[in-house]
Amino acid sequence: MDARRNWQDLPDAEGRFGSYGGRYVAETLMPLVLDLERAYRDAQADPAFAATMADFWTHYVGRPSPLYFAERMTEHFGAAKIYFKRDELNHTGAHKINNCLGQVLLALRMGKTRIIAETGAGQHGVATATICARLGLPCVVFMGATDIERQKPNVFRMKLLGAEVRPVTSGAATLKDAMNEALRDWVTNVADTFYCIGTAAGPHPYPEMVRDFQSVIGREARAQILEREGRLPDAVMACIGGGSNAIGLFHPFIADENVRLIGVEAAGRGIDARFEHSAAINGGRPGVLHGNRTYLLQNEDGQILEGHSISAGLDYPGVGPEHSYLSDIGRAQYLSATDDEALEAFKLCARLEGILPALEPSHALARLGDVAREVGKGGIVIMNLCGRGDKDVFTVAEALGVTL
Amino acid sequence: MSVRLASRFDALKREGRAGLVAYVMASDPDHETCFEILRGLPTAGADVIELGFPFTDPMADGPSIQKAALRALKAGGSLTRTLDLARRFRETDKDTPLILMGYANPIESMGYAPFAEAMHACGADGVIIVDLPPEEDTALRAAFDAHGLSIIRLATPTTDDNRLTKVLDGASGFLYYVSVAGVTGANAATADAVRAAVSRLKRATQLPVAVGFGVREPEAAREIARTADAVVVGSAFVDEIAAAPGPEAVERVLRKVRILSEAVRQAREPGRAMEGTPA
Ligand SMILES: Cc1ncc(COP(=O)(O)O)c(C=O)c1O
Repeated sequence: MDARRNWQDLPDAEGRFGSYGGRYVAETLMPLVLDLERAYRDAQADPAFAATMADFWTHYVGRPSPLYFAERMTEHFGAAKIYFKRDELNHTGAHKINNCLGQVLLALRMGKTRIIAETGAGQHGVATATICARLGLPCVVFMGATDIERQKPNVFRMKLLGAEVRPVTSGAATLKDAMNEALRDWVTNVADTFYCIGTAAGPHPYPEMVRDFQSVIGREARAQILEREGRLPDAVMACIGGGSNAIGLFHPFIADENVRLIGVEAAGRGIDARFEHSAAINGGRPGVLHGNRTYLLQNEDGQILEGHSISAGLDYPGVGPEHSYLSDIGRAQYLSATDDEALEAFKLCARLEGILPALEPSHALARLGDVAREVGKGGIVIMNLCGRGDKDVFTVAEALGVTL
Repeated sequence: MSVRLASRFDALKREGRAGLVAYVMASDPDHETCFEILRGLPTAGADVIELGFPFTDPMADGPSIQKAALRALKAGGSLTRTLDLARRFRETDKDTPLILMGYANPIESMGYAPFAEAMHACGADGVIIVDLPPEEDTALRAAFDAHGLSIIRLATPTTDDNRLTKVLDGASGFLYYVSVAGVTGANAATADAVRAAVSRLKRATQLPVAVGFGVREPEAAREIARTADAVVVGSAFVDEIAAAPGPEAVERVLRKVRILSEAVRQAREPGRAMEGTPA
């Protein structure tokens, strides 16, 4: 790897991370994504925008989130020291709000009067609905009918927050179909609507913008570990759905080439020809979907496959384009964990640390022992505990055969 | 630039009328029925054929074409089988331009060079790729240029003058004006809006301008055919298949094509050239 690589130049002016990313959208949307990019550059250059974000982070979201020494997990594995970045303590219970806050504040700057979003597990929908309630904007959340059925509490939360939840019945009625429907809405309501995408994917500038908004995770973690330990960690880890919490943690460490970046994809029922997983990097190949070129689950004709994960938040056939690039050049490594391994890790974390993790970070937890042992005694690993498990208790109960 | 497209639009100009571009989805409701529809299209009055290739995630399409894609995929449709239908059509008709329309990923998956070769081999003339804007089509253009194939670009109500320059740079075959900001099959634009847009586009390009999205009825087609070089109709034909997804779909679609073609042909007074252009 070229140690002098200028990481600040990612993506390039066309929104490319190597051959990934880009702007693969309908012509009707092209002027809108170009306009969004101009508005984002303008906001980046305005200290008042950053100041407003910082104020919300401190007083509304509850940042900085703690960097917590997971002492009993560390003892359990008997290897590297383990720290959790506690983004599950954020308002609304996950990292998603970091990004929603940035995007909806940007929408206000642009004079947009209506926010739309897609959601799978409902976490991004809840976070968007929350910020829209706080900032007084109408919010429409597209959600697959299948997901509405399996995430009822979050659907009700969104409604309580004043959002309209639109069931999507097209395709397989899950997250990718919700994203299609949100794009259809955007292409129809071009004048007043801002599309708040929930992960570090979509057409440029979304992958960059979402990364930047989520990078508060890594910036805090870097400062916190330097203060606690007087040195950088040996590895940082996060689960990968679309990859927003992971890229947010990774990015501030990207130029620290001695810090290993490790993502964990959802291996579902196993990575094989049945495609009952959501591991786009480990089990897919590059293609174009939802505005960007990236690793995708697809058949030989380029038709997109549904995939599967016990965790609705990881159940997406693609991945953010920057991860595809980091994987190809070897700067980051992408492991995977199955549904069963995630469930075991969920239980272990609950019992050893008194924390119910969301099923998404449970996938990262499932590989934590391996990584801690590889790094070894005297080393340090930081894992992003990006969401809390309250939303998942029904799914976990069902998986464990318990009736509530 | 496709020769067939150029000579078809030249012929339409000589006849002093607009053309009908008829869209159907490949393998909808099944391969053979679709082939019969394709074969009947020129006689029924289609001047250009737009053959959709199915994709699981048609994010710029409304319910009609979304469902058509699902029917086609269920029937075993794919980009390869679409090319095969195009080849069989070309064996029956040497002159009617046929363009493929769909989304980027099946083409990405096949590879641009193999796709361009396959297009050339089966006698297809060009493509419209919904999610491949000018910024992203450089590699495909290089592969297409080698075979005289056209990439048809789209202009929309959101295309300002700046953007139009970008859209027209490298455009070939014809310019497709998406008359409403929305998905296929949505509401039609007003006649006034279309007239204004077409004359603006005509000032900017020599390419023929075809207008589509939301055109379902003869009245709307006739109105557009007064100013545009061609009218694109898709959802209205696809809906005929949805209503009767068996062999009877052939006659239903062709009847609808005859009705719309008639409307397009009668739109301008005989002997009178297009409005706004010197006769
Ligand atoms: C708690 C949590 N973690 C992770 C994810 C996956 O998204 P990403 O990979 O963008 O962080 C989700 C998505 O819903 C989530 O709710």
